[in-house]
Amino acid sequence: MLAVLAATTTPENLSTFSPASPSAESIKGLFILVLAIMGGILLLVEGILVYALVRSRRRANREDAEPPQVYGSKPIEIAWTVAPCIVVFVLVLLVGRVLWEVRPDPDTPPAGAKPLYVTVVGHQWWWEYRYDSYDGRELGITTANELHIPVSAPGQPQRPVYLNLQSADVCHSFWVPRLGGKTDLLPGRSNQMWLQANEPGLFLGQCAEYCGTQHANMLLRVVVESPEDFEKYLAAEAKPAIDPTDKLALADKNAFRSLSCVNCHTIRDKQDTRVNGTFGPDLTHLMARKTLAAGMIENTPENLRKWVFSPNAIKPGCLMAGFELNEKEMNSVIGYLKSLK
Amino acid sequence: MATAEIVSAPAPSESPPPWTAALHEWLVTVDHKKIGVLYVLMAVFFLLVGGAAALLMRVQLWAPQLSILQPITFNQFFTLHGTTMVFFVGMPILIGIANYAVPLMIGARDMAFPRMNAFGFWSTFFGAVLVYFSFLVPGGPPAIGWFAYAPLTENSFARGPGVDCWALGLIVSGIGTSTGAINFVATILCMRCPGMTLRKVPFFVWVMFWTSLQIIIVMPPLTVALTMLEFDRQLGSHFFDTQAGGSAYLWQHLFWFFGHPEVYILVLPAFGMISEVIPVFSRKVLFGYEFMAAATAAIVFISFGVWAHHMFSVGMSRTLDLFFVGATMLVSVPTGIKLFNWLATVYGGKLVLKSPMLFALGFLSMFVIGGLTGVILACAPITFQVTDTYFVVAHFHWVLIGGTMFGVFSAVHYWYPKVTGRMLSERLACWQFWLFLIGFILTFGPMHFAGILGMPRRIYTYGSDRPWEIWNQLATIGAFIQAPSYLIFAHNLVISLWKGDIAGDDPWDAWTLEWATTSPPPPYNFEVVPTVKSRRPLWDLKHPDDPDWKYE
Amino acid sequence: MPESEAAPPDPTLGIEVRPDVHKVGMICFLGSEVAFFSTLIMAYVIYLRHGSTGPTPDQVFSLPMVLVNTAALILSSFTVHFAEKALHAGKTGLFRVLWFATIVLGVWFLVGTGIEWNGLIRDHGLTIGVNLFGSTYYTLVGFHAFHVTLGVIALSAVLLVSFMGELRGKSPMPVTLIGWYWHFVDVVWIIVFLIVYVVGR
Repeated sequence: MLAVLAATTTPENLSTFSPASPSAESIKGLFILVLAIMGGILLLVEGILVYALVRSRRRANREDAEPPQVYGSKPIEIAWTVAPCIVVFVLVLLVGRVLWEVRPDPDTPPAGAKPLYVTVVGHQWWWEYRYDSYDGRELGITTANELHIPVSAPGQPQRPVYLNLQSADVCHSFWVPRLGGKTDLLPGRSNQMWLQANEPGLFLGQCAEYCGTQHANMLLRVVVESPEDFEKYLAAEAKPAIDPTDKLALADKNAFRSLSCVNCHTIRDKQDTRVNGTFGPDLTHLMARKTLAAGMIENTPENLRKWVFSPNAIKPGCLMAGFELNEKEMNSVIGYLKSLK
Repeated sequence: MATAEIVSAPAPSESPPPWTAALHEWLVTVDHKKIGVLYVLMAVFFLLVGGAAALLMRVQLWAPQLSILQPITFNQFFTLHGTTMVFFVGMPILIGIANYAVPLMIGARDMAFPRMNAFGFWSTFFGAVLVYFSFLVPGGPPAIGWFAYAPLTENSFARGPGVDCWALGLIVSGIGTSTGAINFVATILCMRCPGMTLRKVPFFVWVMFWTSLQIIIVMPPLTVALTMLEFDRQLGSHFFDTQAGGSAYLWQHLFWFFGHPEVYILVLPAFGMISEVIPVFSRKVLFGYEFMAAATAAIVFISFGVWAHHMFSVGMSRTLDLFFVGATMLVSVPTGIKLFNWLATVYGGKLVLKSPMLFALGFLSMFVIGGLTGVILACAPITFQVTDTYFVVAHFHWVLIGGTMFGVFSAVHYWYPKVTGRMLSERLACWQFWLFLIGFILTFGPMHFAGILGMPRRIYTYGSDRPWEIWNQLATIGAFIQAPSYLIFAHNLVISLWKGDIAGDDPWDAWTLEWATTSPPPPYNFEVVPTVKSRRPLWDLKHPDDPDWKYE
Repeated sequence: MPESEAAPPDPTLGIEVRPDVHKVGMICFLGSEVAFFSTLIMAYVIYLRHGSTGPTPDQVFSLPMVLVNTAALILSSFTVHFAEKALHAGKTGLFRVLWFATIVLGVWFLVGTGIEWNGLIRDHGLTIGVNLFGSTYYTLVGFHAFHVTLGVIALSAVLLVSFMGELRGKSPMPVTLIGWYWHFVDVVWIIVFLIVYVVGR
């Protein structure tokens, strides 16, 4: 059964039993140990029950009179009070140890580590990531729905990731099962969370606290990269949006700037701060992301067109308005968005 | 008060009264037995309603990306399903059965406050009506989940009046529940028949006493939280308005301070019920009554200090987490004591395998699993992973169905002959039991795996890249095996009114006072107020050579 | 149920005393009220000095007004107590006077609260919606005043019954229970007063 639960290591795998981080590993260890203890107790209890039933069933066929009445026994009662107490005591100690392992103090990363600090803001129904600092460098990058972090491979300096979790509206919960337990994002409160990935790859998850209509499609993607690739990613994300040079592209950009899109979205641009809404995801490097609509659909030109034209057809109830753009406006918007590499 | 009005039995009427008269009699009744039956009927009705919502949700989750239910509809359904099952099925059916049985078991002629008793029922009933009235308001029922985390319930996120219907409905029904609890405490403390000291009450009565105390203490915080929510929505206050400094965190604490004891409120009476059934059908006295009684009180006390285990993922300090881990695990000790005492009662007994015992054994074998997954969930780090997933959904259904519902079915099959004078059909009960048991295991067993594999609860659909389809399909099949069992149950309740065998006063050869009167009991319960010497007065009567009071 | 003949008479029989249902019911009700007000008070304390906009407690409260109100309510606890004693001693006239005084003091408290709220709303702009302090203050004090109102109604009903000559016995149950309720409301006010007007300022 454990094999089924831990079977594959493909990105589709969200099993808490195939951990890829130190905290997920400790939790798995605890989980299996506790499961084993509970399984033992279960077998014991069900065994006693079956045995008692068989015995009393046999008696039912044999005798006519009432069986002997046993009112209780103090020693036996004390025995089955003390035994669970011991089990509980041991469990609490075990839990305490793991609890301290998986919830380290984010203010003090281990010596020699290269910590990454990211502020995560939950929105109905997408994720905002603000890269604050990495290895002591201030970053100031904002992106959405795809969190890139460096791998923390054995033998190299540790690269822990500390998430500062906040919410812009209602309660959400950040959960990538293979990378560890979940922590809630509450409005008006900052929560801390520690992430650290042992292996590169794509790790999936999703919001785990009911947050409204599209809670089901508030999906999480964490891309774990080699430190080199991660540096490249940071460099690319830090750049402002590409400035169009040819006339056609410039026309597309201007068309986009004249539409209501700018009220909610930001596109970082050196000269131009008109596109600076904060209600929706940052689009500066939209094309660097693999998905749209918080992980719902693949980021292809056709999907992008469908999404912009009518977000509610894809994600019913979602808060992005489709402004019924005409064909010409659509072409300009898609043309400009496609250039945001 | 109640005793004064009773003079003699009414003469059996020649012709049945017209149905309007009967209806009128039921609507204005203050008889604890009729009110108990009303509670149970209400609960069975809402059980079918809440169950129908559950079936539709199971159909929607059959395969990835189905759109049988709209997202908003699905969210409304799980909100109503949870609210209904907790407030309009679980509590009414337990309170209803207790309403019927407790006065009979303590040799009283009614509850302490018969009119307040009627008020309690109608309050609960109209609370439910108010919640369901939300179907008629713009925007429809609330889509907030049964624990309604703020600020999703605030005006900015839930605009329609659905949330108001929900909150006001729960306030109204909560007041009804509180009056019911006050009534039980007063009844049990003041109305016991001569000789029945508090140490000699039947175990179910003892459990209802503690459950009622628990209700009295935890219902008001919920009422306050709901009132604050309504003030926020209607008067513009800011309790849970996070934009103005209000706290989403406070709602969670207030709700769960009510919400966790609520779970024990839903399961303790079931403990009491099977503590009546198991001895009778094992033909043995309840093993370790004193320890069982102390364990009940212990559970109630500990339950006030465990609520934040629902909030491990909310980012409390590690020390606080560990405190709630310890407190929560402590509950398993008295619960374990109970379990072992039931097993010891069965052990060495003479098994009578009739329908009440069948369900009681279902309880024994299933509840332990829910209890053990509860211990797993008490381990905070494991909960970091599986809280708010289908693992939790599986766990609490295992407790509330594997525990509460098995206990309730056991109790209904046990006391139906007393209530109606007729036996329930054993054949139908058998069908019901096996469909129920198999369907239940198949519905909720796979959910454990879905949860471990990363499936959060309350999602209306999932992507085809998620490995959860097979577990969801098993669960849906299970739900459809389970569903007929409830219909068979309802059918059995109705058909046995005419077709059932005549029960007689004491069909199970049982030992508590309710079996000393006729089936159904007269309005005044007992012609002569009985006098008892032990916990099993009818045992003393049937075995004058070896009575219980010699050993207690 | 007839007794088993072999059984010896139980020595505890006959001397068993069961508590009065109404008293037990009232104690349970007051227990749930304790839980109710504890929650409200806790919310007030938690939200104290939360959120910065709008009036704060130290800006708006005028103690003299509240002290007079508090004195009235505490005094009413004494009048209700001595009213009960008077009735027990058979002095119906004195009972009515003291009972009526209790009602007057209760109404005084309510009017005082009304005047205070009027001042808070008009002079300081403190409403339930202005900030968290307003929300918690009006909810807590409002629910207390609501309980005082219920008490005044119940007291008046008893007085009416007394004048109709229907209040029988030395210590009729309604008098005892309403007395308890009134003392409870008084104690709640003392706690609210200490937390809201003394410590919380």
